[in-house]
Amino acid sequence: MAYVRSIEHADIVHRCFRCGYCKFPSDYVDFNCPSHKAFGWDTFSSGGRMWLIRAWLSGEIETSPRFAQILFSCVACGNCEAQCVYPRFKDFLLNIFEETKSELVDEGKIPPTVRDYFKAITVNGNPYKLPQDKRGEWSEGMGIEEFSGQEYLFYVGCVGSYDEVGREMARSVGKLLKDLGVSFGILGAEETCDGNEVKVLGEKGLFTALAEENIIKFKAKGVKKIVTLDPHALNVFRREYPKLGGAFQVRHYTEVVADAIGGGRTSFGPLKTRVTYHDPCYLGRRNLIFEPPREVLRAVPGLDLVEMRRWAVDSFCCGGGGGNFFTDVIGTGEQSPARVRVREALETGAEVLAVACPQCAKMLVDGVKAEGIEDRLEVMDIAQLLSRAGLA
Amino acid sequence: MKDILRSLVDILGERGVSNAAEELWFYARDPGVLEAHFPDYVVAPETTEQVRQVVRLANEEKIPIVPMGNGMALTGLVIPLKGGIVMDMKRMNRILEVNEKARYAVVEGGTSQGALKAYLQDHHPQLRHSLPDAPPTTTIAANVSLHGQGRLTQQYGFNSDMVTGLEVVLPTGEVCKIGSPSLGPYWFSKGPTLPDLSGLFLGWLGTTGIFTKVGLKLYPNKKIRDVEIFVTDRVDLVPDIIYKLTHLEMLEDINAWFQPRPLMFKDNYHITMYFTGDTEEEVEFKRKMIWDSLEEFIVTKDGGFMGVGYMKPMLLEMPQRGIAAFADVPRGGGFEYSGPITLIEHYPDYALKVMELAEKYEVIYSSAARVVSGGHSMMFSISFAFNRADAAMMERVKKALDEATEFALEKGGIPWKPNYKEQRMTLEKLDPNTLKLLQMVKRNLDPNGIMNPGNWEVS
Ligand SMILES: Cc1cc2nc3c(=O)[nH]c(=O)nc-3n(C[C@H](O)[C@H](O)[C@H](O)COP(=O)(O)OP(=O)(O)OC[C@H]3O[C@@H](n4cnc5c(N)ncnc54)[C@H](O)[C@@H]3O)c2cc1C
Repeated sequence: MAYVRSIEHADIVHRCFRCGYCKFPSDYVDFNCPSHKAFGWDTFSSGGRMWLIRAWLSGEIETSPRFAQILFSCVACGNCEAQCVYPRFKDFLLNIFEETKSELVDEGKIPPTVRDYFKAITVNGNPYKLPQDKRGEWSEGMGIEEFSGQEYLFYVGCVGSYDEVGREMARSVGKLLKDLGVSFGILGAEETCDGNEVKVLGEKGLFTALAEENIIKFKAKGVKKIVTLDPHALNVFRREYPKLGGAFQVRHYTEVVADAIGGGRTSFGPLKTRVTYHDPCYLGRRNLIFEPPREVLRAVPGLDLVEMRRWAVDSFCCGGGGGNFFTDVIGTGEQSPARVRVREALETGAEVLAVACPQCAKMLVDGVKAEGIEDRLEVMDIAQLLSRAGLA
Repeated sequence: MKDILRSLVDILGERGVSNAAEELWFYARDPGVLEAHFPDYVVAPETTEQVRQVVRLANEEKIPIVPMGNGMALTGLVIPLKGGIVMDMKRMNRILEVNEKARYAVVEGGTSQGALKAYLQDHHPQLRHSLPDAPPTTTIAANVSLHGQGRLTQQYGFNSDMVTGLEVVLPTGEVCKIGSPSLGPYWFSKGPTLPDLSGLFLGWLGTTGIFTKVGLKLYPNKKIRDVEIFVTDRVDLVPDIIYKLTHLEMLEDINAWFQPRPLMFKDNYHITMYFTGDTEEEVEFKRKMIWDSLEEFIVTKDGGFMGVGYMKPMLLEMPQRGIAAFADVPRGGGFEYSGPITLIEHYPDYALKVMELAEKYEVIYSSAARVVSGGHSMMFSISFAFNRADAAMMERVKKALDEATEFALEKGGIPWKPNYKEQRMTLEKLDPNTLKLLQMVKRNLDPNGIMNPGNWEVS
């Protein structure tokens, strides 16, 4: 029997005119769809994807490794949603891509790296295949408490817990929150994957299991407020967990820090450096948190904050979204998003590229290495920058 | 037989060639109503040298080759009617030069309208180009290859008139410079005082060569833009109103439009006038001149100025995103338009024809005419929206558009960006010696008939 394909929004897929507004930022300065930029074919843009999905739904094209590559290289950065000119259609673009990936998951025809990612999460609870009891290792020796009813649960996530760059960032943020007197605790070895990438990659069943487990755990521990290291976690906690009964007050660490230092309550030592800030998609475009990270940076005397050509709602993704941080379907060539982005950062004359997401941090560190510009541009998390400035 | 795929990869690298089912399916079609036709390969060059080598290969092997910008001409001009190679030009998107004082830019053959607009804003805020209302991903080279029009067409003519030089890869593989760049480093004139060879390529829809560089005139970017709309319910007065307005020699752009939805626009003809200035005084003076010029229609109660209010930001946007939104009126992802170039005095006849066709074929219409060169002609757009999921509706739109072209030809108009069927209709009506001349040009430039075959098939 032929496999019958269907997705929830199949009835509106034909409404894409593939006019291409979705490829650009609002002022059209350059292609802003990372997978289109990386591969250079219209098929890898949102419009291309949408038209191919329609062909695939109607059986005009078959599921193939190329089709899967086209879908899974989407970084879910949301530029297309922000720029599409069709008001009642644009809100569903990302859903349509996710639903199609879900179908491919059900068909069992996904890129090997995506399969390996799901496997690692299922077996090990994290994509790094590292033991659960190592999750809280990053905090050793810092005097950070386990969560036991403090104001915030500090949720670190897989990258912050296991990745070298991520752990560095988790330590800086943990220390900063402590120094600022924020009341928080962590789950340490009890923390489990938030499931944001699992969901975006289309593994609905695994996502629901992860989310439900987390919701039960958070509730049992009396968690009311969560501060996240990773904007990806913030996104899923804010937008998806409530649908499964997990409504918590969720904030990103830059928001909490901005509040804590607001009105000159805390001052930092001077730091004479030129900094440009990269908006993480899940913080900026997807959750409209643009100002707090900038507010924090501006609080450092001597720090010269300059913007890249594409910023805020027009920001260009580092290429790590949509699970690509782990699966790397988008690849690493000269036009890979991280390399494009660090070149753009360099153009501002900045010495530091500030980030607020462990995935962006790692992607851009790698981008700097690939471009061979380590001596000209340093990628630093905002908390690391503040720590360099020092509390006055 | 040569392994074409291997040869293409040798020229362009793996990243520059595809014959995957997904690319072949996608590049077989455009967003209009014409049937798809599959290419055998899709390529995306990054340099003129790569274009040259691919064209040479195609010519040797007699393989059709179709240059493509963003495929938004809507009339199937990039559908590979005879298979072969579709060449997506968009990776050649660099802005090579802007000569601020001589007011021209030189761009690569896949540079988008949007990218040039943003570049000028960043680096030469005093300058602008004649931006069409097409989506910003559409390319400058494609637009001049089909004699497009933009915001400055009322003042300065077709966008193709604004070309200041070309670099073209000929169908036989030579790279040829047209105009002043053929004599030196400057790109200020496409022809004069040499014989103007640009006519061998502009308007030929990629059937005589591939533009790898285009020089384009730039114009002063005034500090202030403003807009007024004059409304009348008498279609017969539209040509007179436009005549009065063009006499002023003050307007950036004039568009005359009518549409049945939303209902507040039904049964009225709207003339949108754009004007600019460097000071409020200049703008107000122009506004007064515009109002005075149309006073007589107000006195006779045949028309009046409409408050632009909430519509103003949308009207002043460049390009106007709202125009693409017409595709979603039938919740359907599509529209196509025919846009004959014709006399402004024929406006009433065309307007009636649009409504007649919409009723006959039960389709949704919208029409916007753009005045060309101070009133010597206009582009009269006959647009029909369709639902892409409704094959019968698409068929009706196709028929309505065919009939619109027949009508335009009967009225002595020239079809603009005609699809292959409309081209045939045009060639049939053409003066025989003109046709002969076209044949001579085409045969000599493209002896193997490889360039965008099926289009401008004069043989
Ligand atoms: C909403 C909307 C609004 C529009 N408004 C306008 C408008 O205001 N003014 C206007 O002029 N048009 C308008 N258009 C029509 C059309 O989009 C434009 O003319 C646009 O410039 C086409 O560009 P493209 O890159 O999509 O061309 P394509 O469809 O890709 O190509 C058009 C033709 O150019 C040829 N070509 C492409 N690249 C080259 C090259 N490098 N060398 C030689 N030949 C080449 C192709 O073979 C084809 O024959 C509009 C369309 C839409 C959908």
